[in-house]
Amino acid sequence: MAFIVRTLWIIPALPALAAGISATLRQRQRLLSAGLAIGSMGISLALALCAFAQSLVDPNRQVVNFRWMQFGSDWISLGWALDPLTALMLVMIAFVGLLIFIYSTGYMAHDANFTRFFCFLSLFAAAMFGVVIANSLLLLFMCWELVGLTSYLLIGFWYHRPAAAAAAKKAFITTRIGDLGLLLGMVWLYSQTGTLLFYDHGAGCLEHGALTSLLGAASVAGIPIFTAIALLIFCGAVGKSGQLPLHVWLPDAMEGPTPVSALIHAATMVAAGVYLVARVYPLMGLSHDGIATALKVVAWTGAITAVFAACIAVAQNDIKRILAYSTISQLGYMMLGLGVGGVSVGIFHLITHAFFKALLFLGAGSVIHGCTEEQDIRYLGGLRRFMPVTFATYTIGTLALCGFPLLSGFWSKDAILHAAHNWSVSQAPFYLGAIGALLTAFYMTRQVCYVFFGERREPQTAESPRAPEEFCFVPDPHESPARMTTPLAILAILAVVLGFIDTPAWPWFTSFLERPEPALATASPVAASLNPALDFGRFAEAGLLPLMLMSSLIVLAGIGLGWWLYGRKPTTRATDPDPLERVAPPIFHALQKRLYVDELYESTIIRAAHWAAHVSAWLDRWVWNGAVSTVRLLVTGLGRIDASIDTHAVNGGFDEACHEVSQGGRLLSRFQNGKVQNYLRVIAAALVALAALLLWRSAA
Amino acid sequence: MTPLIAYLLVSALLFSIGLAGALTRRSAILVLAGVELMLNAANLNFLAFWRYDPHPEELTGFLFVIFSIAVAAAEAAVGLALILAIYRHAGTSDVSEITEMKG
Repeated sequence: MAFIVRTLWIIPALPALAAGISATLRQRQRLLSAGLAIGSMGISLALALCAFAQSLVDPNRQVVNFRWMQFGSDWISLGWALDPLTALMLVMIAFVGLLIFIYSTGYMAHDANFTRFFCFLSLFAAAMFGVVIANSLLLLFMCWELVGLTSYLLIGFWYHRPAAAAAAKKAFITTRIGDLGLLLGMVWLYSQTGTLLFYDHGAGCLEHGALTSLLGAASVAGIPIFTAIALLIFCGAVGKSGQLPLHVWLPDAMEGPTPVSALIHAATMVAAGVYLVARVYPLMGLSHDGIATALKVVAWTGAITAVFAACIAVAQNDIKRILAYSTISQLGYMMLGLGVGGVSVGIFHLITHAFFKALLFLGAGSVIHGCTEEQDIRYLGGLRRFMPVTFATYTIGTLALCGFPLLSGFWSKDAILHAAHNWSVSQAPFYLGAIGALLTAFYMTRQVCYVFFGERREPQTAESPRAPEEFCFVPDPHESPARMTTPLAILAILAVVLGFIDTPAWPWFTSFLERPEPALATASPVAASLNPALDFGRFAEAGLLPLMLMSSLIVLAGIGLGWWLYGRKPTTRATDPDPLERVAPPIFHALQKRLYVDELYESTIIRAAHWAAHVSAWLDRWVWNGAVSTVRLLVTGLGRIDASIDTHAVNGGFDEACHEVSQGGRLLSRFQNGKVQNYLRVIAAALVALAALLLWRSAA
Repeated sequence: MTPLIAYLLVSALLFSIGLAGALTRRSAILVLAGVELMLNAANLNFLAFWRYDPHPEELTGFLFVIFSIAVAAAEAAVGLALILAIYRHAGTSDVSEITEMKG
């Protein structure tokens, strides 16, 4: 076994160590804290690259398992594995993470809690690495929860803002709902297969033996057990990846600092749900015949989420919220890709999305940073002259996200659409995906037009949402420092070129990720060799070229529509109504209100929870409290009776007896008064009495 | 020869006088004198019963009385010394006033 496989644990351990040291630093030790975080991340990146190289050389999965804890007679084992999926995720997380760490040193430069920020970021990175290297659902779950915790901590980083504190709680609780499903699925899986290790030389729960026994297990209420387990695990992915109906936390999570939004809520953590589905794909794909029910659910959830979130994004005004809805929508695409295509389709979009969405978020952060914390796109405008680097990189990111031909998003989104088109179950997800692509191009163009084109609009008069004492009015926006723009440039380059690793002509990524497994020979239709030849002839296959043409047209239509509505005649005043608002006010308002999902939850689930809380409080106050009070009264009553018996009967009796004894003692003590002659008299009287007795006896 | 009953009567009289003295006198010395009288009444009884014993040649009663007198002499000495000490200590020899051992 290769050295790097045995030492894979160091990759998460280093950032965890950095977090631990950072936690003990003082607020002033900024440089040390940032240095630790960036240094540990850099070493982790180097190790991740070694791991990647190792998996290039030998793409077979290598696992390291160890016993952790004994439960009765069973041992719970943990472990890590290195396979192409893990290696890719490691490199992506380490690379994006490192760039965002560097960017953060600029973005958070004025924040008082700089060291705390880097402590949390490092902890997050450690947990995220843990998620992707885990070879045990249990270890994955632990890291998963740690990731959720750091997400909570970082969303609520500016906890003095009530909105941030509320958003942190919302994120934590909403994802917890999904995690409950994951936990149940995990427990069920353990009870069925007796192991939580994914791969264990044939004994793991994702390997042939366990899968066969799951296929043979009985159904519960008409649902096969393997489908039920897969869907429960998918619940966790729904919560973490912001899929419908648990997407509500992700837009609110934008209350956190922008680098956090970029790293956690765009590039890595929210993709963990997609990764989870990809990791347990053998379980997801289990079926007696045809296409697995679980995969159908995944595909439908993804497709509906993709369109739903894209619709809402059209009418949002907060630059980060638009990106958040865009993230939800793109995560829906990834799920769709996993559901209809396979691991490589979904994960390819995950990787490309991580780069261009991180780029967009960092660009948004640069805009916010340069414009004194302004986040409302109606109050921005004309920034292309003030922030050329940000403008250029942001536009590249936008085009990549839209799926502009030849950029990375184009290839990955096209792979998903292609797979959806070929899906044998239904064509609807394909059309939903196409509509989503149109909407994506439209709302991103709208955003870019608002922010970068036209004239600068007067700034909002409201107070800065960030710490007010740091607020200093800058009349003109300024470009961000080099340590913020350099990551932007690097990410922009990758957003352009990354797509070429998996074009239809050269499907390297697919063949790298989906090597046919001996146990799952039918999972992937692609069974190419590791280094596929460059073959432009594949474009001609099965209507691929018309599809690509069509998706390009869709994108261009979306961009054109957006430009026609927003770019042609730029809005001059921030208070002007949105052009779309003029066309169809009710629809626009409904979208602006995020289709009332929050209100729906507010009026149903949260109200139900309130009611339940009230009922519980009432029960607690009157029923349980009453019962407890009755018992208390009973016991105090008994106590009183006991006390009175004690005082009056027992005590009285004893007092009386004591009194008698002491009276008797007093009486008897009179005889012993120290007068010797009295004693003598008594003796004399007794003597006389004795003599009389003796005389009387002798006479008788 | 004087009958035994006469001796016993004298002895009982002597004892009664001694007892009355010991019981009624206040002075510790007189109480001691009463005690001596009672002791001598007892001695007289011993002698009388010895004399009228079937074996008077065995000097049992006589010897007993000799011892008794010797002990009584010692007792008188000790008693007087005690009385003297009490008088020095308490300033009185009235037995009705000396009611406590505690000094």
